[in-house]
Amino acid sequence: MTGGSAWGKWTVRGYLLLTLLFLYLPIVVMTLMAFNRSPLYQLPFEFDFVWFRALAGNDRLIQAGLNSVGLAAANMVVATGIGTLAAIALDRYRIRGKALLQILLFPPITIPWLIIGTSMLIFFFWIGIGRGLHAMLLGHVALSLPYVIVVVGARLKGGSHQLEEAAATLGATPWQAFWRVSLPVMAPGVVAAGLFAFAVSFDQFVISYFLAPPGVSTLPVEIYAAIRKGFTPEINAISALIILVSMGLMLVFARLYRFGGER
Amino acid sequence: MKAAARRRLALGFLLGPAYGWLALTVLLPLAAMFYFSFLTVAPVGGRIAEPTLRHYAAFFDKGFYQTLTWRSLKLGFDVTVLCILLGFPAALALAKYVSGRWREALFLLVVLPFWSNALVRTFSWTTVLRDDGFLDRAIRVLWPDAEPLGLLFSYPAIVIGLVHAYLPYMILTCYISLQAIDDSLIEAARSLGASSLQLFLRVVVPLSLPGILGGVLLIFVPVIGSFMEPRILGGRTGIMLGTVIEDQFTAVFNWPLGAALSFIMLGIVLVIFALATPLLRRRLSGI
Repeated sequence: MTGGSAWGKWTVRGYLLLTLLFLYLPIVVMTLMAFNRSPLYQLPFEFDFVWFRALAGNDRLIQAGLNSVGLAAANMVVATGIGTLAAIALDRYRIRGKALLQILLFPPITIPWLIIGTSMLIFFFWIGIGRGLHAMLLGHVALSLPYVIVVVGARLKGGSHQLEEAAATLGATPWQAFWRVSLPVMAPGVVAAGLFAFAVSFDQFVISYFLAPPGVSTLPVEIYAAIRKGFTPEINAISALIILVSMGLMLVFARLYRFGGER
Repeated sequence: MKAAARRRLALGFLLGPAYGWLALTVLLPLAAMFYFSFLTVAPVGGRIAEPTLRHYAAFFDKGFYQTLTWRSLKLGFDVTVLCILLGFPAALALAKYVSGRWREALFLLVVLPFWSNALVRTFSWTTVLRDDGFLDRAIRVLWPDAEPLGLLFSYPAIVIGLVHAYLPYMILTCYISLQAIDDSLIEAARSLGASSLQLFLRVVVPLSLPGILGGVLLIFVPVIGSFMEPRILGGRTGIMLGTVIEDQFTAVFNWPLGAALSFIMLGIVLVIFALATPLLRRRLSGI
């Protein structure tokens, strides 16, 4: 279908440009406003760091930010660890209920988070786990596991199993085969999955919102509260920072995993 | 025998943590919520709960909840249709009219915002849509005495925000199935005399149907369950089934009613999946 008329080519390019404009316009406007001196979006635009300075003095937001990063890091370690183990099992072994095991990965990503979040709140409260950062960690890992298992699994399909067998026939012990052959083959997948898990947790709002007791929050929970209470321009500044962090993470992820590319 | 035991041990070690975790955080909570939805009060803090059907009865007796459910379904429908109309052409353009490095770069640009924070992206629309915000100002550059659009805190604002949030999904799924269409198939149709419209309707669309359907599922279901976007962009007009469920847990503290409404929502979601599965399967096996 390539090689249409010049007109067609420009229509296509124009359309893609409009789509990108729609996708990026609000993000760009918000980021610019974070650097504008006026709190009410008054123009002309005056470049200023005033809202970032205000941010530096906002202890609630800083504490929430530290919670978010800590939670995301813990989530990354736990989800990547146990997810990688499961991915290895699903790749290596012929398991009788494998289809069922794969279907069980769907609920955390297909059922609306509102339902998952409220049911976690009920259950955790009921059995005494309660709310708090530990409860959020439980929830975030559950949401990250399916992604980790899929991402690492895709990497394993590339055939680390055969390589390990080859190493074994050449005289490697199982440990040597694992450490010197399988792990290096798996590594990019595991690193990508880890980044992904970090991003899933860092961006997660719904689950954290329902599992946050008064006084403990993550950045998204704090931002939601601020938006509902009434607008403060510092929210623009912290939002701009969050967008940059998560997009940056995803760019790194894309380089590692090359999704969408032809190879 | 010994090998079998070792194998079981290894499988338990490898699979146990992940699936144990999922059971504790997803399956058991859903079961607990189902149980709670049949109780008069939440049995926490020493309160005594009686079994009851009244929360489900409330849904069927009060027109209020049904109206809300229809509103949520309509929102899901509107957002999904707009995503198809906007996303399919973009995916087609990416898959068949752009190539090489450009395609990779554009594709990444399309998916990138999708992985940024949903709450922040929703919030960012308030800076564009508010009275005297970016959009009003941009319009006034062209027509100096244009009235403010007053879009923020309206139904269209919710739709715009949600389309923005889920459009990359549709582009992604359509792109994957469009990319799989063999160009020689298109050449063949052309050489057999198909017009561009025929080519589009008889070859391209049917072959990309799994992608469209996948996108529909990935968009419709979460939109029905959305509450943060209607809250932030819809204001008082943004009452949906999702926001009422949120209220039961964060403002009214009527957990059993919230659980019943959540389960009704889950039921709707399961019906949608049940309807879509045979369609998807037939399409997938047909290729």
